[in-house]
Amino acid sequence: MVQFILERANYWAIIGLMMVGLYITFQSANMIKRLVGLSIFQTSVFLFYITLGKVAGGSAPILFGRDAKGHGAKVDHSADPGTHGTEVAHAETHGLIEIYSNPLPHVLILTAIVVGVATLAVGLALVVRIRESYGSIESDEVRRMDIGVADAQDADALVEATS
Amino acid sequence: MDLGTSLINVALLAMLFVVAVAIIRMRSLFAIVMLAGAYSLLSATWFVVLDAVDVAFTEAAVGAGISTALMLGAMLLTSRTAKSERAILGVVPFLVCVLTGAVLIYATIDLPALGDAASAANSHVGAQYLERVQADTGVPNVVTAVLASYRGFDTLGETCVIFAAGVAVVLLLGFGERSLSARSDKGRSRKESK
Repeated sequence: MVQFILERANYWAIIGLMMVGLYITFQSANMIKRLVGLSIFQTSVFLFYITLGKVAGGSAPILFGRDAKGHGAKVDHSADPGTHGTEVAHAETHGLIEIYSNPLPHVLILTAIVVGVATLAVGLALVVRIRESYGSIESDEVRRMDIGVADAQDADALVEATS
Repeated sequence: MDLGTSLINVALLAMLFVVAVAIIRMRSLFAIVMLAGAYSLLSATWFVVLDAVDVAFTEAAVGAGISTALMLGAMLLTSRTAKSERAILGVVPFLVCVLTGAVLIYATIDLPALGDAASAANSHVGAQYLERVQADTGVPNVVTAVLASYRGFDTLGETCVIFAAGVAVVLLLGFGERSLSARSDKGRSRKESK
């Protein structure tokens, strides 16, 4: 039982961080604070993903020692590009000596970090435009102004219909 | 995992929690943005502990550097403080977050243990990349090889996304004529009001 909890405590802590980010996004009326909450949520998801790729006793996925050698004496793989059937045997002959963590989540998260910054930039540009048009970045004030404008338009339409 | 690594884990997670909770309490946007940068930097440190050195590098440069600069710029163009929130409004989001967290934690019961080398995520494609990378590309850094060689088209797509985001920002904020005219209009009205 203790073993079970210790093995998953990291996941639970990350879920806690995720929920803190979600709470900031929900609760705050200020749009920049909301975006900060969103990026905290996002970073927590990255942490979760990277945790799943961790291998016990492993090191960073950069080949070293005897794994990195044999570079010059490598099998000429490029000469026969059509032989996909031999690839399994090929992989077996190149068994690794050291233990490495899983590189695939790292690659996916690298892409996600950069895309996350791109979306953050678009979000911030929208906030700046909202500030230009409404003079406020508090979402409840912006909503109140929108409702005020809609009410005024309704009243105008009513006056036109009755006259 | 040995004791030292566990202690570093616990310390970093505790710091992440402190920073995140401090962001909830803050109203000064400058402090919030700076704490968000600190959060990114702490998570970058944790990525190093979890063997993801390339991710840590990117998170420190892009997450803690560029995002913080972007948010500071947006803050300067908008306002410096957030309005104080009413306490009653915080209850519903809190309940939603607790509920979502409980459901997610229930889902982790099925997940493989931390560091399990035989888990589905670690034993198929990732292991294949590690075994083949030397013969296929000759690049010792597997993350670089996968990013630029095996999944090069993914990276091309990512570049397209960044380009689209850049175009969107330019269209929203406007450069050249529109932004200049807006600025001179503002200057004129300011002079008139004086």
